[in-house]
Amino acid sequence: MPTRAIYLLPLAVFLVMAAYFALGLTKDPKIIPSALIDKPVPTFKLPPIAGGKGDGFSSDDLKGDVTVVNVFASWCIPCRAEHPLVTELSEMKIARVYGLNYKDKPADALRWLKAFGDSYYATGADLDGRVGIDWGVYGVPETFIIDRSGKIRHKQVGPMTPDSLKNQIVPIIKELKK
Amino acid sequence: MTAEIGHFALILALLVGVVQATLPIYGAHHGIRPWMAVARPAALVQLALVATAFGSLMHLYITSDFSVLNVVNNSHTAKPLLYKISGVWGNHEGSLLLWVLILALFGSAVALFGNNLPPALRARALSVQAMIAVGFYLFMLLTSNPFQRIMPPPANGNDLNPLLQDPGLAFHPPMLYLGYVGFSMAFSFAIAALIEGRVDAAWARWVRPWTLAAWCFLTAGITLGSWWAYYELGWGGWWYWDPVENASFMPWLAGTALLHSSTVVEKRDTLKGWTILLAIVTFSVSLLGTFLVRSGVLTSVHAFATDPARGIFILALLVIVIGGSLTLFAVRGPALVSTGLFQPISREGALLLNNLVMVTAAAAVLLGTLYPLLLDAIGGDKVSVGPPFFNAVFVPLMVPMIVAMAVGPLLAWKRADLAPAMSRLWMAALAALAVMALAWAMFTGGPLIGVAGVGLAAWLFVGTLVELASRVRLFRDPLSDSVGRLKRTPRAAWGMTLAHLGLAVAVAGMAAAGAWKTESIQAMKPGDAVTVGGYVFTFDGARAGRGPNYQLVAGTFRVSRNGKPVVTLMPEKRLYDVGQRPTTEAAIHTTFWGDIYAVIGEPEGDSGAYVTRLYFNPLVAWMWTGVLIMVAGGVLSLSDRRHRVGAPARRGAAVAQAARA
Amino acid sequence: MTARRSLIAPATALLAALLAALALAPRPAAAVNPDEMLNDPVLEHRAREISKGLRCLVCQNQSIDDSDADLAKDLRIIVRERLKAGDSDGAVVDFVVSRYGDFVLLRPPFKMATLALWIGPALIALGGSAAMIAYLRRNRRRVAGDAAKVGALTTDEQRRLAKLMQDGAP
Repeated sequence: MPTRAIYLLPLAVFLVMAAYFALGLTKDPKIIPSALIDKPVPTFKLPPIAGGKGDGFSSDDLKGDVTVVNVFASWCIPCRAEHPLVTELSEMKIARVYGLNYKDKPADALRWLKAFGDSYYATGADLDGRVGIDWGVYGVPETFIIDRSGKIRHKQVGPMTPDSLKNQIVPIIKELKK
Repeated sequence: MTAEIGHFALILALLVGVVQATLPIYGAHHGIRPWMAVARPAALVQLALVATAFGSLMHLYITSDFSVLNVVNNSHTAKPLLYKISGVWGNHEGSLLLWVLILALFGSAVALFGNNLPPALRARALSVQAMIAVGFYLFMLLTSNPFQRIMPPPANGNDLNPLLQDPGLAFHPPMLYLGYVGFSMAFSFAIAALIEGRVDAAWARWVRPWTLAAWCFLTAGITLGSWWAYYELGWGGWWYWDPVENASFMPWLAGTALLHSSTVVEKRDTLKGWTILLAIVTFSVSLLGTFLVRSGVLTSVHAFATDPARGIFILALLVIVIGGSLTLFAVRGPALVSTGLFQPISREGALLLNNLVMVTAAAAVLLGTLYPLLLDAIGGDKVSVGPPFFNAVFVPLMVPMIVAMAVGPLLAWKRADLAPAMSRLWMAALAALAVMALAWAMFTGGPLIGVAGVGLAAWLFVGTLVELASRVRLFRDPLSDSVGRLKRTPRAAWGMTLAHLGLAVAVAGMAAAGAWKTESIQAMKPGDAVTVGGYVFTFDGARAGRGPNYQLVAGTFRVSRNGKPVVTLMPEKRLYDVGQRPTTEAAIHTTFWGDIYAVIGEPEGDSGAYVTRLYFNPLVAWMWTGVLIMVAGGVLSLSDRRHRVGAPARRGAAVAQAARA
Repeated sequence: MTARRSLIAPATALLAALLAALALAPRPAAAVNPDEMLNDPVLEHRAREISKGLRCLVCQNQSIDDSDADLAKDLRIIVRERLKAGDSDGAVVDFVVSRYGDFVLLRPPFKMATLALWIGPALIALGGSAAMIAYLRRNRRRVAGDAAKVGALTTDEQRRLAKLMQDGAP
């Protein structure tokens, strides 16, 4: 007869698994962390939205100061929920907020911005989504925080919430500005 | 009113469950017969109450009562009746109700037909069954009430996912649940045996029918799901190693191991602790599947909408049921004394090898399924584990097992000689080589796994026939004697033969369909022709139309081979009215050697051209047929007389006791 | 009950909307389309094989080859562009991985973090085999032990044994 200890093995294995499950319940399997954290912003140059204001923006614009890039589209429903927070962040004037208009029709985008407010420092139109792919964008909205040297330091997957704005995004920006 | 009746019935079922979970087991411990006797009527009353609740929910769906939130979320007046009914279990709350219905069904079956069981064992098993039920009733009543009202009631529902409006898928969950939940009976018996401190041949014989029945249903349920995926999802795949598919496959692997292991307990009075552990593990893995699907820890096509409260509740349920049973095993397991001894080369040895492979496979699938979660939980990277991992790990494990499957039945119990057994299999080896040579000739340069797969299948098929022939002493005794032996072969033995033959056929199908399917994707204008797998597909254009609750575009393909027409295929692309979701309905023509499979896609350009996907999938029908034969084997085994007559009295018990002293 | 009910519906709606936004795009394509496919069959075959190994990030457990999502289509096109530009299979995969991380690989890479995953099944198989062998050995020792306890046979018993062995069936 094997030692009594071996009869405990299944229970031990299960308890370890249960502990992992408990931890796992606090995580979200759908959120994929960015592969570009601490890496330089991909090189790009985006034109402005056709018929809109400004000159678009490029990777050069994201150097020299802490900046925020917000990926949005008019066909994206959570973007609408998030947009007032984007405006709020812009108006805090702690960092320039650039808008990356992802795979959107210009007319739709302009109408959307007119209806919900355009507080972006500049907006670039990524019509075919290639620039978004270079940023590792896989859904909309997403928000990136870039430091002075042009490195991506934080990615917010999905819409910002008042909580994430107050407790993550703003503190990170302030930390990077030091 | 119906919703309230259903709700109330569920609450009553909870109360009855609590009674059933406490009185009989206490009565068994103290020998209080009246308390033990409570189990039987309690089980039947529980079934009546749960059936009432289930019936209420079904009534709400059929009458499209949109004052009930569950109906609003998952139904619509325009849905055909069959899918209104299957919508009952096509969602989280409703499927839980199906779970407890089947739990109650099995409990009642034991209460009604378990007359040859010792009263104490039956009482304990039914109590354990009720404990599980109570856990699920609480889960439903506290976090997932199917009868919750919504005020004011909306005018119409949100419709069911059109992918689920399908006959195959309508029956897939009930079959699966009959499997998963059926294993709860083996679990309950195992717990009862641990509490009693005794596992013997009689116990194994009592447990077998319930385990077999559950296994048959689970096999059928999994295959229904695969079959549905094959014809519905539009590219001929039938297994994706999706987490929820894995959650159904693991109990199947463990359950198969359990079936084989309990045979050893029954025949040779050994491997007791291991078999009890398997019974616990099989059901535990079913419960684990429930957790994975409903808690949101994993992404999957099957996952229901997630809610952390539900996740926590199910985890608590898991810890209590699985943790509790494994603790009991740790404490009482050592008391189970096995007397049978055997040499490594013996039938027991072969069955043990089966167990080793099945359990390793189940553990590997579990590891792959849970790994992303485990890594994320400790703060590591996010990785994804997909089909390449599972195929790389699972397939090599199956190879030694299939080889051994032909040899095992030829070995004697306790001690056998390998050489005579292997030499009798020369025909199987020859068949395997011949088939492999043929496959290589037909598909030179193709994946080796296809060649190896059909070779293994041939080995197993012929090997199983060799065993049958050997058992009836074909060609060694006069033919009439052999025929007589054949007639006297117990159904359980036929069951084994059929199950192994069925697996061989299924493996051949899986290997061929996986390795040698041909595909052609292109845009076709009316009049264009494309050749795939030797068949010529001529496109005759597409037309628009309407179904009961959808719009459609149907394409027409005339298929011919060697100039002779074979079939006209009409695949469709549908757009459902509510929800505006598109689905593809492939057109499939099944032949003995493979499936001709056509899908119509989006229109391309303005010239009437459409994207078309045309396939030839070899030996697909063999997969479904093989599984059907396996299930037939299981059913045949179930009908064996031994399961209906009680186990004989234990004459040898006194002698065995003396020998142990 | 009322407070919870008032939260569940909007929460589910938001979740559904989030999933919809993340998953859908203006017009879903339908897996690999002829207009995406390359003219060179060798390159196209490579593209298909690479695509089958890349996960669609906005789907539930599909590769970009199978998926209808817009992101999958974009990535399929990018894979083909890189192949046309002369990248090796490995370079194309690295291109996608450098943007999306290891999560995009359906076959988990073999590295420190996944060591347990890849060698786990082998370890379990070995451990199980070792346990099985140990069990069988103990069995054999018990059989030998029992035989020793029983002791040698008397001549009478030996004769009976020989007769039985002769008459018995194989």
